[in-house]
Amino acid sequence: MTFGFFFKEAIRGLSRNSAPALAAMLTVLLTALVLGVFIPIVQATTGTANEVRDRVVVNVYVADDATEAERRQLAGALEDTANVKSVEFVSKEKGLAEAKRDNPAAFEEGTELLGANPLPDMYKVVPEDPDEVGSIVDRLAPAGADGVREPSLAAIGEVRNKEDDTEKILSATGLVKILTGGLMALLVFASVALVANTLRLSIFARRREVEVMKLVGATNWFIRWPFVIEGVLVGFMGGVLAVLLLTIAKETFIDPLEDRFALLAAPETIDFPLLIVVLLLACIAVSAAGSAITLRRFLRV
Amino acid sequence: MAHLRSRPTPAPLPAERPAQTGDVPVVEFRDVSKVYDGGSVGLEHASMRIGRGEFVFLVGPTGCGKSTCIRLLMKELEASSGEILIAGKKFSDIDRSKVPYLRRNIGTVFQDYKLLPNRTVYDNVAYSLEVIGEARQEIRRKVPDILRLVGLSTKLHNFPDELSGGEQQRVSIARAFVNHPPLLLADEPTGNLDPETSIGIMQLIYRINKTGTTVVVATHDKEMVDKMRRRVIELREGRIIRDELSGMYRPDESTTEFAIRLRGELGVGAEGHPN
Repeated sequence: MTFGFFFKEAIRGLSRNSAPALAAMLTVLLTALVLGVFIPIVQATTGTANEVRDRVVVNVYVADDATEAERRQLAGALEDTANVKSVEFVSKEKGLAEAKRDNPAAFEEGTELLGANPLPDMYKVVPEDPDEVGSIVDRLAPAGADGVREPSLAAIGEVRNKEDDTEKILSATGLVKILTGGLMALLVFASVALVANTLRLSIFARRREVEVMKLVGATNWFIRWPFVIEGVLVGFMGGVLAVLLLTIAKETFIDPLEDRFALLAAPETIDFPLLIVVLLLACIAVSAAGSAITLRRFLRV
Repeated sequence: MAHLRSRPTPAPLPAERPAQTGDVPVVEFRDVSKVYDGGSVGLEHASMRIGRGEFVFLVGPTGCGKSTCIRLLMKELEASSGEILIAGKKFSDIDRSKVPYLRRNIGTVFQDYKLLPNRTVYDNVAYSLEVIGEARQEIRRKVPDILRLVGLSTKLHNFPDELSGGEQQRVSIARAFVNHPPLLLADEPTGNLDPETSIGIMQLIYRINKTGTTVVVATHDKEMVDKMRRRVIELREGRIIRDELSGMYRPDESTTEFAIRLRGELGVGAEGHPN
């Protein structure tokens, strides 16, 4: 009797109070839609920011007169340095090829004029934490008392980390991350507040009903269960509709573009099925909990 | 002025009512006071005992404490001091979470009916059985029975807003009585109804009383009280000022006395209209 009865009561409540229920459902639907659009956008933005941060590297140029043993020692030392994620060896030839690719005019002519490859061998060191890139530089070439950096190993010709670029990248991406994080928090807060408010209105309209139920001796949970089930149903319907709309939007707009623009697919965003599950669960949980909590005030009779 | 004292024990009941068993009163107020948060006094040092099977009118002008009594008895309000007992059980011992179980033993009827607006007559009555976990078959049997008793067997599937005031009150009486509670509280049950309909409602309540249910009716329906001649407890400004076995709404008052009181309250002197 019990669950069936509560479920029937919930259905009755929904059908006899369809206007507030519809309002609550629409609120859930809209907030879920907004969240569903913004979660991937925020993730894509932070993903892109992280990608840009990965471009922060330390270039360690090998001294031209370094012996084979010294070179090996350097390679080992680089691997062992703290905060180093990966080390890539770029030979003279490879460096030239890359340079030619980036700026063909200058280097085609330049090498012809020089008659030889002017570039030194180089190690590209990618830091684990881009914010701490300075520590790698300090380790490899500690600054002397006069502020001039001295390489710590004989094989190191010079250590460079493109100071200006690095700083710009770090501060810009940091700002983007903080902004998107703040935006996300605001959005979630607004969604919860909006849903809670709509629920409160719809329950407020029925406070007399709750009062009467208490008068005939209904326990609090006897009154609460149908409202919670109503909340679950409203959240579920709103969530399903939102997911449906999101799917349609994804299929029609995003997917066809994906092939042409790598950007849209590139950064790691949440998997679509996972997004659906998260949204649905959030919708249901928020509206069910919201119903139960708002009801508390009217149960104190 | 002997009638101004509240009696410590209920007087013997008329023969038509079932005999009392034991001497535990169904309702007992021991020096109960209720002061509302705003400081206004609802009830002041009220003491009374109502025995099983009694029919009691609580009378007095609005604001005298009638409704406060009823709400205290439902444990909708807490007494500020003193002790209320129902069937010998102290209210102060009843935990908040146990209040619903108390209410299942008290039928209630209100001036504004307090029906669930989005349920049919049948479902309104059935709800109070569903609350106590009654089996569905029992509900199907009991609800039409009680509705036939109150004369609404043809309106089972109407919604409250499709009924007249008298019919709605009948539904609420049916709901109050379907569990056969030992105590029925009625707060101005005829307050919204015309005299003709009121009689029908009172008849119903009286019939319920005759099955052995203790009935407490708060009312200011003078005519009804005077005609029925039941126990009357009069309240004024939160105090019990009269407790009579088969009383009138107001102690006997001649036309002249009434005229004097009327003029006095109007502030009109003797030189006013002489008739």
